[in-house]
Amino acid sequence: MGGEAHHGKKRGNFVQRTIDSLAEAMERSLYAEQLASSRGILQNLDPRTKLIGTLLLIATAASARTISVVIGLAVVAFGFALLSRISFATLRPIWIGMFVFSGMIGLPALFLVPGPILATIPGLGWHISATGLRSAAFLILRSEISITLSFIMITTTLWTHILKSLRIFGIPTLIVVILSMTYRYIFLMLQSASDMFEARQSRVIGKLPGNEARRLAAATVGVLLSKSFQLSNDVFMAMQSRGFRGEVYILDEFVLSTRDYVAMLVIALICGLGIWFGIIVT
Amino acid sequence: MHIPDGYLSPATCATMFAAAAPFWYVAGQRIKKTLNMRMVPLLSVFAAFSFIIMMFNLPLPGGTTGHATGVAIATIVLGPWGSMIAVSVALVIQAVFFGDGGILAIGANCFNIAIVGSLVAHWVYQGVAGKSPLTAKRRVVAAALAGYLAINVAAFITAVEFGVQPLWFTDAAGTPLYAPYGLNIAIPAMMIGHLTIAGLAELLVTAGVVAYLQRSDVSLLSFNSLVATTADAGGWNGSRRLWGIIAALMVLSPLGLLAAGTAWGEWSAADLVSGTGTSPVLAQAPTGLARLAEFWSAPLANYNLPFVAHEQFGYIMAAVVGTGVIILVFVLVGIISERLRKRNSAT
Repeated sequence: MGGEAHHGKKRGNFVQRTIDSLAEAMERSLYAEQLASSRGILQNLDPRTKLIGTLLLIATAASARTISVVIGLAVVAFGFALLSRISFATLRPIWIGMFVFSGMIGLPALFLVPGPILATIPGLGWHISATGLRSAAFLILRSEISITLSFIMITTTLWTHILKSLRIFGIPTLIVVILSMTYRYIFLMLQSASDMFEARQSRVIGKLPGNEARRLAAATVGVLLSKSFQLSNDVFMAMQSRGFRGEVYILDEFVLSTRDYVAMLVIALICGLGIWFGIIVT
Repeated sequence: MHIPDGYLSPATCATMFAAAAPFWYVAGQRIKKTLNMRMVPLLSVFAAFSFIIMMFNLPLPGGTTGHATGVAIATIVLGPWGSMIAVSVALVIQAVFFGDGGILAIGANCFNIAIVGSLVAHWVYQGVAGKSPLTAKRRVVAAALAGYLAINVAAFITAVEFGVQPLWFTDAAGTPLYAPYGLNIAIPAMMIGHLTIAGLAELLVTAGVVAYLQRSDVSLLSFNSLVATTADAGGWNGSRRLWGIIAALMVLSPLGLLAAGTAWGEWSAADLVSGTGTSPVLAQAPTGLARLAEFWSAPLANYNLPFVAHEQFGYIMAAVVGTGVIILVFVLVGIISERLRKRNSAT
């Protein structure tokens, strides 16, 4: 859901900001595709191994009821990040972004969740409770683990492979095709939207008044909607003329190798330990 | 906002997936029937469109900016079922490829935004717009209300999901394991942001786009009704899938036995004295509650059939009996109202 409000230096210049966020999305995905094709330990694993492994680790972190296990899994996620050859400069904004978001939500818990008092803020007299601290740590660590692991998965795997491997969960081929086509159209539309905003930006001197900016945004969305509709008709005709009759076939060339079995064993071991110490022995 | 992982317990995430699944299924079937082969490109392109809309920074009065989800626009153009799928696909791609929203929380995010959002937007838009012409001002107002209410109902449901976490999921020391705030904090905290900034963003985008389409491409506003008229299969065939889903839900009903304690706020007078883990523990049950509790004794108390020894089977049977009674009531109401209608038309 929307709702994040932005204040700050760029205030008012929404055209530039929208161009920036559209360009950032494109850059990030291009980086992911570039990294996924490079050679590294995680890049060489079968996409299905990575998909299942990521899900199992995230689910273990979400189920663990002791903070030490969650910290342990955060260390594991960090270890995988090192193995993935993703630069620290790329990971840092993701970690900081999630920390700020979850911190904003989790921080008040230090004072609002009742429990044994750990410290008192001098001057304000607010008590930090041990329970609140643990609860905020759970929230922040779990969200960081999940975003790190999913980021590693998408940056070390070609997205077409991730989509293909979704079929092991019994997701219908049609949905997989829709997902994969959507991903491609996102780039086309990011480009269209970015071009529209840039065209407008280059013709505007100074700042657009608020209601004018809103009209521009609504009109851009409207144009994009008309274009989408036109595009879907064109694509349908193109598909039909190439013999598409509603049936979808995907070539499946995935083969599990020894390193996949080793990786599965390692992940199973980590999850087993996490479940043992995080759920069963508590 | 999209819920990240770690905010909802795995049990809640699984429940939300289960809640979303029948809607996805019905939506898929309906779309398949009406659009057939056109479905693939249309939904893909609209999912991409929804994704892009979520990235727009919309300037709001007062100098802040907000993001809209575009769920109401998708509903107005594609209808609720198409919108459910298109927005869900956009949310899945956001979570998997852009880390916006958790992986385990995909079911919850899709349920809240794509499913509830689409249904609310559809009801409000259809209700307010009525049969007004496609270019009527009333449609702009209907779109504005649809966007505003869709996002706020979605936010409210999200807040409730957050708010129940500390009631049900704590460790032995009482530490909330997931979203740490109860309903009394979660609901106002979520709603303040959505009744103002996010709601306004959605309102302005939805109304603005409908007003734009009225001027430049009015055919898009009639696409939905075209789909709806061809989709109306009716009869047993149209509802067969829903009967299947009801049957599946009945079979799954013993899942309720897995939950520890009593649902929040559904305590009996005895629970309040002994404590259930979720209820407050009182020295004595409130006298009013104790008196009222004796007033009515349910025939299938605690969903147990007295003559069935197997607890889970008893649960399923209770679900069958309960659903049967509800269906029977509706059938009887239907028969009576049909008779009354005939009698009135005869006289």
